[in-house]
Amino acid sequence: MSTASPISRVNDFVVRFANVNGSGSASANEMFARAVLRMGIPAAPRNIFPSNIQGLPTWYEVRVSEAGHLGARGGTDLMVAMNPQTFDKDIAGIEPGGYLLYDSTKQLPASKFRPDITVIGVPLTAICNREYTDPRQRQLFKNIIYIGVLTVLLDMNAKVVEQLIGEQYKGKERLIEPNIKALHVGRDYATLNLNAIGLRLKKCDKVGNRIFIEGNSAAALGALYGGATVCAWYPITPSSSLADAFTRHCAKFRVDPQTKQARYAIIQAEDELASIGIAIGAGWNGARAFTATSGPGISLMQEFIGLAYFAEIPTVVFDVQRAGPSTGMPTRTQQCDIISCAYASHGDTKHVLLFPEDPAEAFDMGAQAFDLADRLQTPIFVMLDLDIGMNHHLSRPLTWDDERKYDRGKVMTAEELDAGKEFGRYLDVDGDGIPYRTYPGTHPTKGSFFTRGSSRDRYARYTEEGAPYVDNMQRLIRKLETAKDLVPRPLLANAGKPTKYGVIYYGSTSPAMDEAIGMIEARSHSLDRMRIRAFPFHSSVSSFVADHDFVFVVEQNRDGQLRSLIVNECGIDPVRLVPILHYDGTPITARFIAKAIGDHLDKLKVTPLKVAS
Amino acid sequence: MTYLAKPKFHHPNLPTNELGYTHRDYEGTVSTLCAGCGHDSITGAIIQACFDLSIEPHRVAKISGIGCSSKTPTYFLGNSHGFNSVHGRMPSVLTGANLANRDLIYLGVSGDGDSASIGLGQFAHCLRRGVNMVYIVENNGVYGLTKGQFSATADRGSKSKRGFINTDNSIDLVAMALQLGASFVARSFSGDKQQLVPIIKAAIAHQGAAFIDVISPCVAFNNHAGSTKSFDFVREHNEAVNRLDFMLSRMPIEIKQEPGTVEIVEQHDGSKLALRKLASDYDLHDRGAALSFLQHHAAKGQIVTGLLYVEKEPEDLHGHLRTVQAPLNTLSEKELCPGQVALEAFNASLR
Repeated sequence: MSTASPISRVNDFVVRFANVNGSGSASANEMFARAVLRMGIPAAPRNIFPSNIQGLPTWYEVRVSEAGHLGARGGTDLMVAMNPQTFDKDIAGIEPGGYLLYDSTKQLPASKFRPDITVIGVPLTAICNREYTDPRQRQLFKNIIYIGVLTVLLDMNAKVVEQLIGEQYKGKERLIEPNIKALHVGRDYATLNLNAIGLRLKKCDKVGNRIFIEGNSAAALGALYGGATVCAWYPITPSSSLADAFTRHCAKFRVDPQTKQARYAIIQAEDELASIGIAIGAGWNGARAFTATSGPGISLMQEFIGLAYFAEIPTVVFDVQRAGPSTGMPTRTQQCDIISCAYASHGDTKHVLLFPEDPAEAFDMGAQAFDLADRLQTPIFVMLDLDIGMNHHLSRPLTWDDERKYDRGKVMTAEELDAGKEFGRYLDVDGDGIPYRTYPGTHPTKGSFFTRGSSRDRYARYTEEGAPYVDNMQRLIRKLETAKDLVPRPLLANAGKPTKYGVIYYGSTSPAMDEAIGMIEARSHSLDRMRIRAFPFHSSVSSFVADHDFVFVVEQNRDGQLRSLIVNECGIDPVRLVPILHYDGTPITARFIAKAIGDHLDKLKVTPLKVAS
Repeated sequence: MTYLAKPKFHHPNLPTNELGYTHRDYEGTVSTLCAGCGHDSITGAIIQACFDLSIEPHRVAKISGIGCSSKTPTYFLGNSHGFNSVHGRMPSVLTGANLANRDLIYLGVSGDGDSASIGLGQFAHCLRRGVNMVYIVENNGVYGLTKGQFSATADRGSKSKRGFINTDNSIDLVAMALQLGASFVARSFSGDKQQLVPIIKAAIAHQGAAFIDVISPCVAFNNHAGSTKSFDFVREHNEAVNRLDFMLSRMPIEIKQEPGTVEIVEQHDGSKLALRKLASDYDLHDRGAALSFLQHHAAKGQIVTGLLYVEKEPEDLHGHLRTVQAPLNTLSEKELCPGQVALEAFNASLR
């Protein structure tokens, strides 16, 4: 009856854990992912969790890929089904020929299973009830026991997991022994009762010096390295862990060793309006300041963002995007705030956006954002998303050049004022649209000015006259032109051979896109690729589109927001930009991209029936 | 163009303060408010207070929201940096500015619409955080710039110029400030400079969250019969709890003899407040008593003015956060960036 033979693969498969939120499964599952990495095999875990504290379904997926594909793949080869609520759906998600590991304490009718998968029953509840009397322990150790079972099924060295248990419970030594015992309970059961399966992990050396880190933590460390001293935030998923990480990093790196005083100030504000207000006030006063938020917070901050744009105040906003609109799906990923950030606030506004692809780039851009904010005297948005921010990623190590100096931008000093240098707060002395500013308190008689959201002349004097208003708005456009050459350039990768087609993508789509290219090439198509890393767009974006008949724009939103931005800002015929959109809240997969683009290109390959003469 | 520069020339024999500045050095541009506006009197009181205290004008940051009151920072301290931010959000901007540089004096200027309506949340939260500042509300009970709508501090039953009766309860910002933990709380009247100037001076010297509600009649929209924020109404119903003299520690204490007891209050920086108490049983350091005193008099239709509460040992936000003494905006790469070696160790911890 089975229609598929069991999958047989080494170091290339997806394991998915289905659990109940709040059951303590997260740390056990993460330990499994870390163990794979310790074996030198690249792995990409993704936590799919509900907006809930306890009781709702949660999944943890580990993609194992010796080839180094770290995007979500789609499909499950080995399902560890520990949640009765989702059992049927979880079984349906297993690839033909895949495997199911389930708790067989209670007999289930055959109709609950599929004939084309291999079913592995382990009486986990019975084992736990036998081994432990405390109900909490029965629950917690069940997770470690199934990890133990997996180590046998997948041929993993127990020592690796034992070492990880030791590291995880460092400082809580009394927990180490019982966890190791639970691991072996699982191993012993599997060794005695289970047959080998077709999936196997084999030690290799493909991880190298890469690190395993969440994007939010890396971005927060970037802010710290970039010199941020003031952070104001309001809790919102999926950005809260960025502020938490900044707090942690500051406690470690920013406490004066002698006085034990803090070289930072972190305020958990009353709302997002206050958060951005505090960041703007600090930026106005010469400190590097930021806020971290998500889509709903961006909506609330609109008025203040317009003020910072128009009054030209440096500030940095980390937007960890989640599925909107409104509350949307707070624990699911999307790239859906592109337009609301690029054109945030009423009136004519445009803002600088950075699009990191992974934690390492979130660190780099997290630091660079502060130089850009000071240089351009405007808000800078670092556009993360839940996938980058809240999942651990295998990422290149973070690096810092110790010679690097902060670019504090055009700040006029008391000495320059005394030397008679002309100061006009909104005077474009260099032709780049960027005026000089002074910090409050600089000089007793020179260089003070009044900052306001209302129209002003070049010397910061209030005016409602048309000409100075237009003059100022035009200068802001010149400043944005300057920004195009300061922000990170797009990265180009040409197909091996000349092609009429290109693809543009950004942010967390990267790993899936990199993998999809191979799949698309396997369908005999070739594509030039451009990864956009910032807005406003560098001139190479227009030329890339001009150089191709069609360019696919791959995004994780419904409306093709980056595509709209390209059409609007580069004056491109929308027909030339084909949207490839994935927005169900799960991370985009290589399979999805390859299919969508491949199907399009297949159609384009159709030879015309008749050529008009 | 509503910007009007003031002529710079002045009488050669104008008195100077310790820094050699004249009163004129503390002025700003010409006010564009209506003639007779209470807010201009407050501007005058701020100028007088800063002159008397010999404050270097550029060491003050003046921050406001939106509204008539929030326009006033252009009219004083022309050599200070000013920030006219967004409606109701002065407190957050001021909080951020204060975090960036703890060495400046922060003067927050707001109105009743700005602080009691749209900005009630920020008003509350910056007081409960204890931001070191002087927070002045120029309270006229009315929206002036949009032509006379009631604000949230308008008393129930008071009548607008167009004849509408306010049926909503009013918000008493002083009572709220007391409840929220402000360490210096006062109320005054724009028409009473003798009371207002010393209160502003004392608030500047106070190293914590100082809140002053100044009733400031709107001559255009709220100075008619039936208004409870008109000059006549406030003069008739003002119940001054005390009269204040403020002096720096080095000055001798001289108090003009007036009825009532005198209490000398020493502030944290050594400056002293001399209170001529009009209500002899009034205890300046009892938050709870201040609240009931307020409510007791409000029930009688009286507006209590004076310094209502001051904390002897205030602690500010920087104290709570244990920030370094150097302003955060002066720290450089050396103090802020841990460098590559630390980063390598961090990387190693993630493998």
